[in-house]
This record gives sequence, structure tokens and C-alpha cells, in this order.
Amino acid sequence: MDLSYGERYEALRREVRGFLEAGWPLRGREAELPKREQTFLFRRRAIEAGYLARSIPKRYGGSEQPADPLAAQVIREEFARRRAPAEARGIGTMMLVPTLLDRGEEWQKEKWIPKTVLGETLWCQGYSEPGSGSDLASLRTRAERVGDEWVIHGQKIWTSDAQRADFMFCLCRTEPGAPKHAGISYLLIDMKQPGIEVRPLRQMTGSADFNEVFFDGARTPHDWIVGKRGEGWLVSRTTLKHERNSIGNADLARMQFDALVALAREARRDGRPASECPDVRQRLARIEGYVQSHLYSGYRQLTDELRGRGPGALALMTKLNYTNIGQEIAKLALDLLGDGGLADPTGHEREPGEPPRGAEGWLIHYMASLGVAIAGGTANIQRNVIAERGLGLPRDAFAQRSK
Amino acid sequence: MDFGLSEEQELLQGTVRQFLEKECPPARLRELFESPDDRSGELWAGMAELGLAGLAVPEREGGAGLALLELALVSEQLGYGAAPGPFLGHSLACLALAAGGSPEQQRRWLPRLASGECLGSIGFAEPGAAWQPGDWRLSAAGRARGVKAFVPAAERADLLVIGAAGGGLVLVERGAGGVKVEPQDVADRTRRVGRLVLEDAPCEALADGVAAALRVRDAALVLLAADALGGAARCVEKSVEYAKTREQFGVPIGHFQALKHQLADMALEVEPSRALVWFAAHAFDHIPDEAARAAALAKAHLCDVYMQVARDAVEAHGGIGYTWECDLQIWFKRALFDRAFCGTPSEHRERAAQLAGW
Repeated sequence: MDLSYGERYEALRREVRGFLEAGWPLRGREAELPKREQTFLFRRRAIEAGYLARSIPKRYGGSEQPADPLAAQVIREEFARRRAPAEARGIGTMMLVPTLLDRGEEWQKEKWIPKTVLGETLWCQGYSEPGSGSDLASLRTRAERVGDEWVIHGQKIWTSDAQRADFMFCLCRTEPGAPKHAGISYLLIDMKQPGIEVRPLRQMTGSADFNEVFFDGARTPHDWIVGKRGEGWLVSRTTLKHERNSIGNADLARMQFDALVALAREARRDGRPASECPDVRQRLARIEGYVQSHLYSGYRQLTDELRGRGPGALALMTKLNYTNIGQEIAKLALDLLGDGGLADPTGHEREPGEPPRGAEGWLIHYMASLGVAIAGGTANIQRNVIAERGLGLPRDAFAQRSK
Repeated sequence: MDFGLSEEQELLQGTVRQFLEKECPPARLRELFESPDDRSGELWAGMAELGLAGLAVPEREGGAGLALLELALVSEQLGYGAAPGPFLGHSLACLALAAGGSPEQQRRWLPRLASGECLGSIGFAEPGAAWQPGDWRLSAAGRARGVKAFVPAAERADLLVIGAAGGGLVLVERGAGGVKVEPQDVADRTRRVGRLVLEDAPCEALADGVAAALRVRDAALVLLAADALGGAARCVEKSVEYAKTREQFGVPIGHFQALKHQLADMALEVEPSRALVWFAAHAFDHIPDEAARAAALAKAHLCDVYMQVARDAVEAHGGIGYTWECDLQIWFKRALFDRAFCGTPSEHRERAAQLAGW
């Protein structure tokens, strides 16, 4: 075992640092450009240097580097340290681009990938519906072929970024007579059109990260489909071999835990720092056991990846583990806040990727940790996945029967 | 960056697993567990033949010269198999001599410990759960006077490494005068222990005993955590197997979501914590500044995980899980041992808090 990166990667680290020191923040005239433009400009240079969009072919605007998870990790660390624009976040780069690379037509890749990678084109995901959450394949939003267009009616929900997105990748029922999973197609839809209405969905924290999207005769060209008609379910399950970021959310957990320790030192109990109370110390150390397990499991997964081994059962546990840790941190924080727990955090905004701070920040975290438990597959669905795919227990009888 | 096991390490694990499958199948395990006296000698002789007695002994003294990580991997397999025997105490005695013995002390004892010809053990606990070097009061100036409790394989060990007032370690030969051993009943019958009453027993201080005591304490915590990891993983496996075969309402009970979720939660407790054990062992071997704290956190975490998963496993087995006849109780009781031996999880969490400067 060796937890250092080794000379080769330390050399890369120095090289990346040199690039960042020279290149970010932008200087002179460039520093006066609008923020967005600065980000795109910098990302273009970082891609040219081979640091971003590493798994994307050059002809689609990427840097086409050989897969090297360790290099990717070093680059992520250095970009984060410098607070330089890293890979464009969002569902477009995370899900659409890999799906297009694997299943898209050549013209689709050329049209959409380059700007998505830069962050210029923003996507939203049209999967969940009011009646189709965990049982996603029961979705009912329908698309009918009229002439050389699809005409779409129905509703999507929990759609992040819908109000800002340029396009949606959307699962629609196109084959009404076919069995549940076989009647779905994967369509790309322009969001800026009269047949689409976006209504923000305010969540308990007071902000509106999600939306409802209503389709009333929205249209999209017939060839804005990924895969064939009726293959949408399979297309949406596409997973690609690219550099997994197995340490990413472990770093977040570590950062939240450090913020919790800081809170325990600031908070007072009987005039003394709460961090001196035996029960607080016990709870902190107990949580740290989970935080470290999660962190080192990230290193273990990274190593498996470097050795070309499959991710195994551990990978199925990452989300639920992170969820549980976030909840435990939130619960102890609430205790430490004391009267601060009476504050009104409504609408308190926090920078993504920044740890919680202040009573309002921690109350938002207290609520948002529930959001984490639900979004992207609820904790109970995660348990099903661990049990069925990880432990080899039988598939859920109802899920098997439903058509 | 390489945080995984080497081929040699995986081979070592596989060898121990196969050895136990062959030499300690369920019937044999049950027999050793039920026996009123300690009959694990033959099994231990087999392990010594495999080289397990000398894993931690330097090569120049006839051992394998391996690191704590390898000892932990073996410990994990023994926990997985609930293997009876004196591996823990013996390995710690070897580590103590290797870490703090004078060249002469090492030459005298280590080759015989490595071959298994001589059995070693450690005596840490004093009455009142005084496990830590700072708690020791046993007087050992030339002659040892005092009591040590929960000494592994006390009735069989030839050489005892004993914690003394001041936090150092002394060597006591069981055969020497003034050493009395009283068997102590503990729930875990796979690791027999005894109380050591020393009345002016001849003893010899380890040359660098104070530093060695802290190292051996940390090593003990890592090995207990590793045993707990193996045991907890086995409890999950046993419960999953049972859920696939036991039928109710005409289907295997593993169809039922309530049970599936409980099993998933058990697995979620165990699998990520494997990396915590690896790290604690790796830190002991290579990152001295982090070793003590990593060992404390790993011991606390894994022993709580093991105890809880053992309870869950009994529940998942229903009525049969609660019987004496069901082998689960053997792992359950090992969890009790791992948890209390060398200090409880809360004691080590408090130590971790202090070491972090909270």
C-alpha cells in the first residue's frame, strides 16, 4: 500500500499548478469580460492543455486523454485548491454527454457535446413524473409522431435547472401498446418554445432548486432521438467507462465533518466549548469513524479502478453511506446550535461545494441532508439495489410483476 | 497511490481461509467451543506449521518479517472463521519483543516464538478495566507482584509479556516460581483467558518497554478491529445465505423487503469499514504520526459495527438464531470479546478525541 501519488504524479501536480498560476484568474482585458465568458475562455485553455474533458474525443471539443484516474484526481485537487473553473457541472456533462458518446448519431455528438462540455449549453433531465418516482418506467408523458416532428404532452417533475436549461433529455412514451419498458423513447427537446411551461417548485428550505415542467403540444424534430424508438429505457441506463470520481463525495463528507468540529469548538455548553463535553466528543468520534471509512473506501475504489477491476458492491453503497453520514452530521449540528435551532433559514443560499456555516447554514444542511436521501434514488431504493445487486437477494416481487 | 492488497497479501488471506475451512469446519469449531477446557492446541500447531506463529517476527530471528497489515489480514480471516486459539496474544508478544526487546532478549525468545515451539501471550488488564499503559500499577522491580486479568491462553503460554507500573513491559516465564494462573470464564470460548497472580515472580524488563507498550497496544487495537471486520462480514454472509434458503409464505424470506433492507444496512455497516482497518494497519506500519489515533478509531468503529451486526444476524435468523445450537452465538460472543478486550469503543473514542486536540 502506498497513499502517496508518486513522483510521476507529483510532477504532473507541479505542472498543473504552473498552468493555474499563470492562467487563473484571468488578467488584464480578459478579467473585464463577463464571468461566464471568463469561465468558457479558461475552460477552453484547460481543455487544450489536456486537463479537462479528458474522456471526450478532440473532434467533440474534448482533450482526448488516455484514461488515468490518478491524473484526473490530481487535476481535480489542484483546480479546487486554486478555485479555478473545473469540469462544467450539471446533468448535461454527467449524463447526457456519456449517453451521446455511447449511443448518439455522429451529427448529434457534433452538435451538442462541444458546448455542453464548456458549460455554454445547459441541460435538464426529464425523467420523474408526479406518478412515476421510484417506478420510473411507468411514466406517461407521451410523444406522438406527427409529420417529421414529435408532439409532446404530459408533465415532468423534480426537474433541476429547467428554468435556465437550453435543452431537456426526456423519456417519453412513444409506443403506447408496447410493454412498460419497451414503449419509451429518449428525446431531446428545446426548452425555449411555447408548448413548454416551467413552474418552480419551492422546497422546504425556501429556495426553488426544482421545477415542474408541463408539455402541451411541445415539438421536437423527429431525429432528435437517441437510440431507436422504444429503446429509451436502455439508452437511459447507459453507463460508460470513464474516469469515475470515487473520492468526490468523500471529500465533501470530510469537509462537512471538519465544519462540524469547528461548530463544536465554537458552541458553548455551561460556558465551556461544547467540544469538551463527553457526549459531544463521543458523537464526533463516532461520526468520524464513518467519515474515514468512506474516505478510505474512496481510495480503495480508486485503486480498483487503476487496476482495472470492476467497482463491486462497495460502489453500490457510496450514495447511501454518504447520505447517512450527512444526516448524522446534521443531527449533531442541530444539538450544538442550541437556540440557533430556532432561526429561520428560509431562502438562505449556500455556495455549492462550500461547508455549512452559521445557524442558518446548518439548518439548511439539516433539511438538505434529507434532499440528499431522496434525490437520485431514495435511501430505500438504494437498499433494494444493495440487497439485490450487491448481496444477490431476489428481485422485488412487485417490481417483477408490474408491466 | 495504491490502496489495495497485493497478490501476496490476497494469497495469505486465501491460504488462511482454506486452512480453516479444512481444519476447523463447523463441527470441529463447535467441539472446541463446547469443550470445558482449551483444546485448541492442535489447531494452533497447524497454524504454526503454516508460519502464522512467526508472521511478525523479523526474518533474522526466523520469522516472516511481515508488517501489521499482514497480521491484520490473518486476524480478519480468524475472525471470519471464529477460529479458536492464541493467535492474538502470541502475535502481540512477538511484536513486543521485536519492538522493545534487547538483541539478547530477541535472540533468546523470538526464534522459538516464531516456530511455535514456545507460546507467547500478553497481560495488560488490571482489575477495574485498567487496560492502558498509563493505568498499570503492577509492581515489577526485579520481582513481579500483582494481578493481571484476561490474559489470553494464560494456562498454556510459556512466555508472558506483562504491563508494569510506569507503562513498561516485563517478561515473565509461566514456569518460574511465583506465577499462579486461574482460569477465567468468558462468553467467548474460542479465546480462553486466565487471571495471572504474580507473587514475587522473577521478571525481566523489556529494554525499550515503554515505547513498545504503546506500539503493542495500538497493534492490539488494529488486530481486534480486523477480527471484528472478519466476524461482522461472516454474520452478514450467514444472514444472506439464510434469507436465500429459509422459506415462509411459499418463498425464500429474502424476497421480503423488510428483511432485504435490514441485510443491506448490515452490509453497509461492514463493507466500507474494511478500508478503515486497512488504513489503521497501514498507518501503524508507515505513518507513525497517525498510527495511534487511526488504531483507536478503527477499534471503536469496528467493534461497534460487529456487535450490532451480530445482533442483527440473530434477529434475521428468527427463533433458531437465538438457540445455543445455532453457530451464530459463537460469532456473537466473539463480538463481545473484541468489544471489551483492550478497552471499550467509548474509551477509545475519548482517546481519539484527545489525540485530535478537541
